[in-house]
Amino acid sequence: MIETGEILQTLRMIQEENFDIRTITLGINLLDCSDRDADACAARVYEKICRVGEKLVPTGETIEREFGIPIVNKRISVTPVSLICQADPRPIARALDKAAAETGVNFLGGYSALMHKGATAADERLLASIPEVLAETKLICSSVNVASTRSGINMNAVKEMGEIIKKTAELTADADGLGCAKLVVFANAVEDNPFMAGAFCGTGEPECAINVGVSGPGVVKVALEQVKGQPFDIVAETVKRTAFKITRVGQLVAREASQRMNIPFGIVDLSLAPTPARGDSVAHILTEMGLEMAGAPGTTAALALLNDAVKKGGVMASNHVGGLSGAFIPVSEDIGMIEAAAAGALSLEKLEAMTCVCSVGLDMIAIPGDTSAATISGIIADEAAIGVINNKTTAVRVIPAVGKKAGDRVEFGGLLGFAPVMPVNSFGNEAFIARGGRIPAPLHSMRN
Amino acid sequence: MTKALISVSGLDTTGIIARVATKLSELQINILDITQTILGGYFTMMMVVDLDGAHMSFEEIDNELQPVRDELKMSIHMQRMDIFDAMHRI
Repeated sequence: MIETGEILQTLRMIQEENFDIRTITLGINLLDCSDRDADACAARVYEKICRVGEKLVPTGETIEREFGIPIVNKRISVTPVSLICQADPRPIARALDKAAAETGVNFLGGYSALMHKGATAADERLLASIPEVLAETKLICSSVNVASTRSGINMNAVKEMGEIIKKTAELTADADGLGCAKLVVFANAVEDNPFMAGAFCGTGEPECAINVGVSGPGVVKVALEQVKGQPFDIVAETVKRTAFKITRVGQLVAREASQRMNIPFGIVDLSLAPTPARGDSVAHILTEMGLEMAGAPGTTAALALLNDAVKKGGVMASNHVGGLSGAFIPVSEDIGMIEAAAAGALSLEKLEAMTCVCSVGLDMIAIPGDTSAATISGIIADEAAIGVINNKTTAVRVIPAVGKKAGDRVEFGGLLGFAPVMPVNSFGNEAFIARGGRIPAPLHSMRN
Repeated sequence: MTKALISVSGLDTTGIIARVATKLSELQINILDITQTILGGYFTMMMVVDLDGAHMSFEEIDNELQPVRDELKMSIHMQRMDIFDAMHRI
């Protein structure tokens, strides 16, 4: 029998420490919806998503009620749209948005292209449509993979994405560039990621699958409050134990959702995902370790320990682990990161260093509106290089704040939060970005 | 066996346990364990129960508890025990 103290610990995690399941994401294969006629393809896409995804939101809500654990988001990820669109992708975008609204999900990811080695005609059509689609739809998220350890960095795509991010910001300028919050540029993108904006259903995935992302930075922080001043061995052990507990609940929710919807379980993403709410911050875990603010010297080491311990604790708690797995460090979605950026403790360069050891990359960072497309491409190239060389997923989700300069503030609302506009190194790189071509895959890509 | 935790909390008054237990008995829900305490006039009780006897859905049982909540003006929360087993037992 479970002891009272254990019950109280679980209840405290949920009620006081913001422990929740961040997302149940249903991956749906759309390859069978492809058609030369854009409208016919869109109609099939709409029908399939509504049919397969019909039970997702009600099932998620039932599990929330029965188990007493909040499930913050219910989402759908689909096959990268560039793989199914043989013509204009915009009717498909509209169908995706309509299907997302019909199923009641919070977001739908997969308006995506995988072009780490080169672009198909469909990839180019999709890329060109991204700014307009993100401005005109509400629930669609877009991602583009521009690099991989196996194939190197597609610098043509990197160049194009700088321009697309600028254009997306301009078309959604009245919402502080919100379109860019729904657009992420990847290196080594994963096929089963349940988190937005980068979720898509990869071609190696089954017909459909349930992927779950857990969260609970507040729980880890509270656990570390109990080991103040103790050596790092104890810190790592404490994080591991906590990560194990929260991931076990993620596994339970994933199994229940899978059984109730009769859809195979895919993975649990062992993640610490923050929100702008106080007590739900990854940055505050770092400060609990003894840093005045995130960004202080030692931050990268602290994050490395955290990221590693989360994986070690979580991996034992789930039979299939995947997605991005690790600690997220979005700026606008984390009150501790927002405060550190506003205080000048956290720079873009320090964030770049942190992305070498965290689960993804430069995330939800507002930059001055006059930042050039080439500068954004340079940021993407640097981040992609970190991913390619270190054999990890990296990403860039920056938001050029049109008409705003460093120190101003942008507001996205809800889980996307708010952020100070951060200064960007403005020395020129146009000639570098103009070269195009492909940076070859690193030596360690040849592992056979 | 479908086990659930029912946690009851609020200002202490006469007959809380009786009222909740009577309702559970009417619903054919067996009580497996109870812990209860009062701290500064604040009543807290946790009951582990077996829902199988009720032959109703989780939601229907929860709805049946609503009149008791309203009458006692207390928070009565029911959740499946699986979440505690998952977190604390390997």
